[in-house]
Amino acid sequence: MNLDELESTAAREREQCAGQKCRLRVCTGTGCASAGSDRLTEALRQRAKERGLEGEVTVTEVGCLGLCAEGPLVKVDATDTLYQNVTPNLADNVLDSLTGEAAGITVCNEKQPFFTRQNRVVLENAGYIESDRIESYIARDGYRALLHVLAEMSPADVVAAITQSGLRGRGGAGYPTGLKWSTVAKATGPRKYVVCNGDEGDPGAFMDRSVMEDDPHRVLEGMAIAAYAVGANHGYIYVRAEYPRAIKRLKTAISRAERQGLLGSSIAGTSFSFTIDLRVGAGAFVCGEETALIASVQGNRGTPRPRPPYPAMSGLWGCPTLINNVETLGSIAPIIRCGAPWYAGIGTEKSHGTKVFCLTGAIKNTGLIEVPMGITLREIVFDIGGGIPNGGTFKAVQTGGPSGGCIPEKYLDMPVDYESLREVGSIMGSGGMIVMDQTSCMVDVARFFMEFCMSESCGKCIPCRVGTAEMYKLLTRIATGEANMNDLAKLEELCEMVRETSLCGLGQSAPNPVISTLRYFRDEYLAHVNEGVCPAGVCPMNARKGVTTHA
Amino acid sequence: MRDLLPKTAPPTSDKRWRIVDTAMRRNGYAPDGLIETLHSIQETFGYLDEPSMRYVASSLRVPLGKVYGVATFYHHFQLKPQGEHSCVVCLGTACYIKGSSNLLEAVRKRFGIRSGETTPNNKLSLLTARCVGSCSLAPVSVLDGQTLPHLSPDQLVEAICALDETEEAAQ
Ligand SMILES: Cc1cc2nc3c(=O)[nH]c(=O)nc-3n(C[C@H](O)[C@H](O)[C@H](O)COP(=O)(O)O)c2cc1C
Ligand code: SF4
Ligand code: FES
Ligand code: FES
Repeated sequence: MNLDELESTAAREREQCAGQKCRLRVCTGTGCASAGSDRLTEALRQRAKERGLEGEVTVTEVGCLGLCAEGPLVKVDATDTLYQNVTPNLADNVLDSLTGEAAGITVCNEKQPFFTRQNRVVLENAGYIESDRIESYIARDGYRALLHVLAEMSPADVVAAITQSGLRGRGGAGYPTGLKWSTVAKATGPRKYVVCNGDEGDPGAFMDRSVMEDDPHRVLEGMAIAAYAVGANHGYIYVRAEYPRAIKRLKTAISRAERQGLLGSSIAGTSFSFTIDLRVGAGAFVCGEETALIASVQGNRGTPRPRPPYPAMSGLWGCPTLINNVETLGSIAPIIRCGAPWYAGIGTEKSHGTKVFCLTGAIKNTGLIEVPMGITLREIVFDIGGGIPNGGTFKAVQTGGPSGGCIPEKYLDMPVDYESLREVGSIMGSGGMIVMDQTSCMVDVARFFMEFCMSESCGKCIPCRVGTAEMYKLLTRIATGEANMNDLAKLEELCEMVRETSLCGLGQSAPNPVISTLRYFRDEYLAHVNEGVCPAGVCPMNARKGVTTHA
Repeated sequence: MRDLLPKTAPPTSDKRWRIVDTAMRRNGYAPDGLIETLHSIQETFGYLDEPSMRYVASSLRVPLGKVYGVATFYHHFQLKPQGEHSCVVCLGTACYIKGSSNLLEAVRKRFGIRSGETTPNNKLSLLTARCVGSCSLAPVSVLDGQTLPHLSPDQLVEAICALDETEEAAQ
């Protein structure tokens, strides 16, 4: 498919959509699907048919609209209204609303900050396109960036554009994407590879899942542009096994793109060829780490190895390999389409562009949001998130998953960017943002994450394998009221040791949740140790009650 | 070359081994197709037993120790047969904050099984996950593939009991 053909496909699709008298866009993202939107879609189609509205009403299934807390969501284009909590039994009410007053269904206010404060770049298509139809992606300027790059830009131009955009890796560490691309572009080897990291290990987040499920072609397009820029002809997408829908949709997307000549050999009639294979993970958090991921793609146990050499020099089968996160690759097409200066203009001095967060925990509007870098945590939690429900009070917000930390109230006005978050002892991470209220005990939170790191440690190096287990034991002693001040001192010592001596990021960052809670909520630890009470009333503290148990 | 070498026969005459053979062929019987092959066995037969691991080892020409090493490294692979129904309780952060440990405890109390165990009558297997990607609906569990949102412990137990005769699973 060349640019002319792409444009005529886009025009045809847009025309067809415009010709539909009344389009109902039903959110079938993971949240709404579990809330019954699949049955709702069926019910809407069925009832429309029974009412003889078949030709007039088109029901399309779209991806996550963001406000998952109020799902299932339905957008009625004809009346420009969004409805929330539309359970399958309300299908008739939706159809009634087309001709008269809406009754019995709740309108969702699209003027609320949840929607108006967002800036959707990676999620620009969510809620608009049908993921299984490539035409639907093309109608929203899909694959335009790829064809533009192939026709008008040299690989070096592409690397320069990405560098100029200021994009940094969204997989957690924030490494400058342009720099990584240029390293791989300069590296020499018999072959080169592009790998998309879709392992999304952070427990409590689903940003990458939504992108892969709702807009799979965006990932493929980003990979193809990256491959052209660095000189690769083959790529892998590594998806975790827990995401069967993402796997299915990516497979479909790959075969559709191949059929249209947008992947495969001689793309758009040029000499550039690029194929993509899917690799399915098997439930190991450490496989998100890049060297472990490479081992896993090659069919081995996913254990990390020391770096350097970095994958950019020696990755898959010893060849130069570019590894980027799903969201990083999802940002590429818009950067090419709208220009690097546009992207660089969003955000702060050192963190450009937008970031997708998954907002969960003790917060009213749980869901998926995309915000400009530099927005404050307060704006996210209280404006977009709608604050703490049930009259609760804010206690902390956790970012960065098991590698991150808990940020207390006093830093709520801090801008969200890579440097600021690091300064307060957390990290940007991949985008999990979990809000906690007064019912959460910070010792228990630290213990929760330590248990996670302990079970996910691959066991290759001793500081992490033994250190996480020891720290978990100490935290358990604190939580049961058995600990004394020496235990606390030992815990802090271990934090330091494990952080400094572990081989990979998992071990190096495992102490972070402990360090940050000790830093901001030390009094809670002291209450457990000295007074034998858990202020939040979460920990069992049974040792102090005369019952000895060993968890 | 590999195709010319004598092939080992599948452990049983079950026709479904063809699915596994196809998976291995798709990767040209290369050792790096090991994980894909194990996935296909688990999808087809529900779990990985010793004969199947031996078969993969000889077909892909990798040591049995490596197959076993990979199978045990990844949490997704099951080495024991699973019950008729499966209940996966999410223990990710969002679900933890909303009390997922109470769900686990409720299932343990009612059916007498812990994570990774199956009831003696083979009706129900209890598993845990590190986030199933529906965090906005926390706490969630996945019952026979269906995600159940905003669960209370009682609701989960009820939903499990509603699966045919799982009721008997509780002694
Ligand atoms: C323990 C551990 C787990 C990780 N998990 C992920 C993950 O799930 N997804 C991801 O994209 N990156 C993950 N990373 C980061 C990757 O190693 C790598 O830096 C990233 O994929 C690079 O892509 P980016 O530059 O686009 O961010 C993880 C790192 C560590 C140390
Ligand atoms: S730090 Fe932990 S996860 Fe990383 S290599 Fe060492 S044992 Fe494995
Ligand atoms: S899944 Fe429907 S709004 Fe997120
Ligand atoms: S934490 Fe349970 S679904 Fe994500």
